[in-house]
Amino acid sequence: MKSSVVVFPGSNCDRDVAVALKKFNIKNQMVWHEESSLPKSDLVVLPGGFSYGDYLRSGCIASKSKIINDVIKHGKNGGLILGICNGFQILIETGLLPGVLLRNKRLRFISKSVFLKVENTNNIFCKNYKKKNIIELPIAHNEGNYFANNYLIQKLEDLNLVAFKYCNQEGKIEKNFNPNGSLNNIAGILNENKNILGMMPHPERFIDPYLSGEDGSNLFKSLLNLYKNEN
Amino acid sequence: MKINPQIIKKHGIKTDEYKKIIKLIGREPNMLELGIFSAMWNEHCSYKSSKKYLKTLPTKNNKVIQGPGENAGVIDIEDGDAIVFKIESHNHPSFIEPYQGAATGVGGILRDIFTMGARPIATLNSIHFGDPSHLKTKNLLHGVVSGIGGYGNCMGIPTLGGEVKFNSTYNENILVNAMAVGLVKKNKIFYSKAKGINKSVIYVGSKTGRDGIHGASMASAEFDENTEEKKPTVQVGDPFTEKLLLEACLELMQDDSIISIQDMGAAGLTSSSIEMASKGNLGIEINMNKIPCREENMTPYEMMLSESQERMLLILNAGKEEDARKIFTKWDLDFSVIGKTTDTKNLVLNYNDKEVANLPLSALSTDAPLYDRKWKKSLEIKKIDTPKKFESESLSESLKKILSSPNNSAKNWVWEQYDQTVMGDTIQSPGGDSGVVRIHGKNKAIALTIDSSTDYCLADPITGGKQTVCEAWRNLISVGANPVAITNCLNFGNPEKEIVMGQFVETIDGIKQACQYLNFPVVSGNVSFYNETNNNSISPTPTVGGVGLIKNINNMMTSNFKNVGNFIFIIGKTLGHLYQSEFFKEVMNFNDGPPPKVNLFNEKNNGYAVLDLISKNLAESVHDISSGGILLSLAEMCIRGKIGANINMPKVNLNKHEYFFGEDQSRYIIEVKIGHKKEVEKILKKQSIFYEEIGKTQKDEIYIEKELKININELIELNTNWFKRYIT
Amino acid sequence: MKVSITVTLKKDVLDPQGKVVKQTLENMGYSKIQSVRQGKYFEIEVEESGEENIRKTVDEICKKLLTNTVIEDYKINYN
Repeated sequence: MKSSVVVFPGSNCDRDVAVALKKFNIKNQMVWHEESSLPKSDLVVLPGGFSYGDYLRSGCIASKSKIINDVIKHGKNGGLILGICNGFQILIETGLLPGVLLRNKRLRFISKSVFLKVENTNNIFCKNYKKKNIIELPIAHNEGNYFANNYLIQKLEDLNLVAFKYCNQEGKIEKNFNPNGSLNNIAGILNENKNILGMMPHPERFIDPYLSGEDGSNLFKSLLNLYKNEN
Repeated sequence: MKINPQIIKKHGIKTDEYKKIIKLIGREPNMLELGIFSAMWNEHCSYKSSKKYLKTLPTKNNKVIQGPGENAGVIDIEDGDAIVFKIESHNHPSFIEPYQGAATGVGGILRDIFTMGARPIATLNSIHFGDPSHLKTKNLLHGVVSGIGGYGNCMGIPTLGGEVKFNSTYNENILVNAMAVGLVKKNKIFYSKAKGINKSVIYVGSKTGRDGIHGASMASAEFDENTEEKKPTVQVGDPFTEKLLLEACLELMQDDSIISIQDMGAAGLTSSSIEMASKGNLGIEINMNKIPCREENMTPYEMMLSESQERMLLILNAGKEEDARKIFTKWDLDFSVIGKTTDTKNLVLNYNDKEVANLPLSALSTDAPLYDRKWKKSLEIKKIDTPKKFESESLSESLKKILSSPNNSAKNWVWEQYDQTVMGDTIQSPGGDSGVVRIHGKNKAIALTIDSSTDYCLADPITGGKQTVCEAWRNLISVGANPVAITNCLNFGNPEKEIVMGQFVETIDGIKQACQYLNFPVVSGNVSFYNETNNNSISPTPTVGGVGLIKNINNMMTSNFKNVGNFIFIIGKTLGHLYQSEFFKEVMNFNDGPPPKVNLFNEKNNGYAVLDLISKNLAESVHDISSGGILLSLAEMCIRGKIGANINMPKVNLNKHEYFFGEDQSRYIIEVKIGHKKEVEKILKKQSIFYEEIGKTQKDEIYIEKELKININELIELNTNWFKRYIT
Repeated sequence: MKVSITVTLKKDVLDPQGKVVKQTLENMGYSKIQSVRQGKYFEIEVEESGEENIRKTVDEICKKLLTNTVIEDYKINYN
């Protein structure tokens, strides 16, 4: 499997995700935002961070960069795209994913580990979560409060496009366990074709069995299984 | 404009200092030159009141690569790796504009790290506010925490430790001390000393505006009723640009293009150009027309004194300019050749083809005033009567009160606003004894701590200085790290007052004694004087940032109780010192008396004994005992592990309050498996270490027969309630 | 009475957001944009007797809350 990680001015988690991809033997290239086309890739990753300082709106300015047209093309052609945190915000600004990510309900940056229920394990990113679908991953963001109008929210739920929801250790999905106020405790969503995943938590930070456990690893392992299956 | 005594005073230059200027340069300075002297000769840049004593601090051990005198200190952590670190204050600007003051404080210290070629891998901060009930405290707290988070998070550097303290001494003078730590290859460290004549001096980064003009002078002036008027001097930070600057600099540093590099911090272009050239014993000539400006019609005076952020000065090797320019252009940063090095040993400034300033560098640096200020010893506090009723206080109610007091409450609200796990190498986040970060790609890690003890230092500066260093030492040992070196930020009042200068001299003496004995030298730091408003000085507050090495991350230790049914040992003797304790202060409202004495012999031996046990896998959890004594430290281990403890009443000749709340130094609590008890006792006996077995871990609650029975959930609630309620 | 207030950074204060927005517009092909400054906009409805009182109240809230007078200016538009 080949991947490209797009690097914008202000991206912070590009190295972290490159380390994760390397760990799982995914052949990766870093792609500067000024390139007009992507190298041949199965997976494109938009990493976390503060692209353009989060100025104007998070992810907004990155969504106008030179490389984005090719990223959109890749997504529309069925190529895999993973947007993590700021990457999710960029995907929303491009329109590849619906809805909007507002400022956290309590109006402050929040960095902590949260429990998530993997709601949809029938997609390329989450197959490896079938056995253990209540996981723990870190979040670190200012604007993770997912919002969409009633029609869109209903559609997401009906078509089973919500990938992750905030919950407690037992998988209970309630307001108490929602760190940022996002509607329906939504932490990550897929597009209709299920080739594009946007998520606020950082899987690439939880890949070391000694340091943090492997709840992040399973996402990357899922991608590998696809590759193995396809070949 | 003609220079008159008013103008000289406004520039913060004393009459005899002005006379010295005339003597050094052989004439009266012009306005621009006066501004330059004002920036270089004020306390913040010249260290004129502190240098004499700072020179007495130990600055070397076999791991120190670079001590004080550079942008930051550097220590060797084996296999070709080195750690660059420093702490700095940004007190006065943070009081005036808390968000931007704190943000630019973080920005400034980060630049000090990456200017030496190190990628920053962690930050810590020590922030001190006035009494919680004081009118300004809440807003300042909000602003400072947002500012630190806003800058550090955007830069993508994890915050791994810190402290938040409340004390009425800071009512009108808050403290914001920011520490940064970076990783570099030993053979790839960059320094600021200029080398070579006729080399291009290059300005990179953000454009220059009118920010912070005379900020360095402000840091050296007290606040008074006219503080409001000083407002326009606060700088605005742009962490996005700094992130670009970081990446551009590190990219350029891949090869050998750079001869020397210096960031523009306090006193901006003035201090950076002067320091670079004078370190290299050279002169420097600058064409002011080449300075990239953000505003129109900026004068040379404004350009030289501006404290616009996110700017660096470089000197490059011949032929490397074009490639360097490409890098900075790629990252959207300004790149301008603004001058050259000369052999005149002077600072020469040209503007519109005219020479507008010409000063000998020595006058601005090495010949700057050096004061041997008069000082008075702090009055020795003999033991005074203890508050009579303390023996009738309930242990249980006392613990609850201490646990839920502002200074001892859990500070999650604060550090959850800082990204703790970005960069993927965090092993221990804030909330434990030290932050721990892995060296990327390797099996070793460094431990980081930041500590201060205001009340101890006020009561007895020598002991307080010693104690602060020892506390940092213990915090590193508690996570299994070998302490290597420290950085310190010395926050004091007006040094022109004998009592304040005395506090400074004695605190340094205390720090020196501890650093010497423990082989734990000072490699960097700064001094912040004039933390005083309307003649009220703050209590002496030395903040110590400690760094230790964990050679193998499998040997790292944590402070949460691990299992039920394990023994609990105290390493170190409890003498029952209650003066200046949390118990006396929070429960008895009694603030008098001397701090606990520091016995460096015990400190060292107990510390190494604990490290020995950790390395032999004989300890399950370790926590040092500091403020709040045994009971508070025990409670913290219970809270962190969600496991309780059954504690025996002491068999010693102390009353229970003295035993459980005494704040004697050099002590640790360790959790030991039943099967390891004999081995642990054998080792401790062999090393003549005093220890006591005080009980066992158990489920659900902390228990002392007839005295105390508190469920862990209640402990947790007590510990988290105060902050939650205060902040909403 | 409805009042609108714009809060902007003071003239000499760095505006990192405005700077980046301008650069982005340039990259999007809008080469004639000279400068961009970003600020905040408030719409406030005040019920008070007398225009003098309204002006006094609005001015006060601008100073005390809406504006960080250290680095920001405000302009009130009375409709």
